[in-house]
Amino acid sequence: MAENAALLSRVERRNRLRIGLLSAAAVLIVTVLLLLPILWLFGLSFTQKGAFSLVHYQRLIDLPSYRAILLQTFRVSVMVTALSIILGYPVAYMIAQLPAKLAGLLLALILIPFWTSTLVRSYAWLVLLRDQGPVNEALVWTGIMSGPLNVLFTESAAVIGMTHIMLPFFVLPLYAGIRSFDWSLAHAATSLGAPPTSTFLRVFLPLSLPATFAGAVLVFVQCLGFYVTPAVLGGGNVTMVSMKIASNIEQYFDWGAASSYGMVLLICTLAILYTAHRLLDLNKVMTAR
Amino acid sequence: MMTASYIPAFKRWWLVLITAAVLAFLIIPVFIVIPVSFSDSKYLGFPPEAYSLRWYRNYWNSSEWLSATRASLVAASLTTLVATPIGIATAYSMRSLPPRVAGFVQLLMLLPMVVPSILIGIGVFYLYIQLKLVNSMFGIVAAHTLLALPFVVLTMQAAFATFDFRQEQAAMSLGASRFSAFMRVTLPQVRSSAISGGLFAFIISLDEVVIGLFVAGGSNTVITRKMFVALRDAVDPTVAAISTLFIAVSLSLLTASLFTRSAKR
Repeated sequence: MAENAALLSRVERRNRLRIGLLSAAAVLIVTVLLLLPILWLFGLSFTQKGAFSLVHYQRLIDLPSYRAILLQTFRVSVMVTALSIILGYPVAYMIAQLPAKLAGLLLALILIPFWTSTLVRSYAWLVLLRDQGPVNEALVWTGIMSGPLNVLFTESAAVIGMTHIMLPFFVLPLYAGIRSFDWSLAHAATSLGAPPTSTFLRVFLPLSLPATFAGAVLVFVQCLGFYVTPAVLGGGNVTMVSMKIASNIEQYFDWGAASSYGMVLLICTLAILYTAHRLLDLNKVMTAR
Repeated sequence: MMTASYIPAFKRWWLVLITAAVLAFLIIPVFIVIPVSFSDSKYLGFPPEAYSLRWYRNYWNSSEWLSATRASLVAASLTTLVATPIGIATAYSMRSLPPRVAGFVQLLMLLPMVVPSILIGIGVFYLYIQLKLVNSMFGIVAAHTLLALPFVVLTMQAAFATFDFRQEQAAMSLGASRFSAFMRVTLPQVRSSAISGGLFAFIISLDEVVIGLFVAGGSNTVITRKMFVALRDAVDPTVAAISTLFIAVSLSLLTASLFTRSAKR
């Protein structure tokens, strides 16, 4: 009997191991194409002419231009995140209260840009924001502005375009988070005499904060590493850390400089995600799409 | 005293207005390039003054654009074929891994989503220089598979979470091998998620720019790389025509994904 049990558990264990090995391909891919190269870059960032050196990190501290790039990256990311919250929160709040069919339709409208190429949307903003583009024509025509606003190829253009890309990343998880809100709580509050505004402020808003925060973190870290849209819409007047990394490789083939910038970007990203993950379950947010 | 009830957002006109404006902000830019692509002028005017198929002809007559399109479609198809089965296998196997190992695999699967793509780009570029894989189709597909895998795995994990695996055991007790039990009992029931995952893999590969800038050049230049360079350096209206084609592809894939998702129930 005992022998049989031992045999069974051995068979069971072998079975589990065999099934477990099905993960091997994915583990191998991530290890070889992501973990290994990043460890390599980490090493390169501490190397100068084959010897250990802190020169690349020293330059990050010494060069004012680098501080400016870091500052611009953070400023742009903060603005895009703030805009995403301001624009996205009412939409998610609204959709969460609509009947299922209508909510599904509006969500599909949000999925359309989500599934459309970043390049295509950046190009669209290139058309929209030109001096003679439709946005400026409309502003002048309605008399809001006397002349065209020179937005294109400025930080503002990058912020507008990036917000367009990032907004679905904020709305979708926020909607998933507040969909399960128990509206009878709101009814209870109002039946106890709370006006709608304070019901919103004191019942709904606090309960929606974790999902809001999670969506905002997701947007913020993606902005930190954003490359395509700021490069196209900023027209050389906006430099994000990612663009500096790319130009270090493309123009100067300077792996040390690129890696040290990259490590700073990576550490910022992972630190923010890790901190947020300790506060709330980001796993849930990542899967909400 | 009457009992006031909570006013839903859609009964307040200003909230409706804000939502409509935000949705317009999201949707209009997606479609603005379509009329521009039919413009006759070299100038990016909107609305166009005269219409023509000039930029579509330009695209069709350019061997460079066509070969970039071909490279992208080949890369996206191969990425789908590689990433989908590996992703399904991974999600399947993670249930039977010890919790700590499964947690580790889960973390690995999240990394390609959270590590900034520029870092993955230069990392893969560095690796490919040593392996002489720069600009090779194999290298492009491998890198795109890395990016697409997490989406397939997450989609399949969600599907397996609600699947009753006792059905598989029943099939096996009736003599089916594990593989045939999976193929004939499990897979048909999670098919819509598998299709969703595959569509994700396809569009991720097709849309990928940053890694392509480093490792998808030469005869395997992908279309996004050419588009990006065209947008950054000079505004070529041919890009409007290509963008319109991209929108058509995205919308078809999105419709397919929504369709399979609603077919689930």
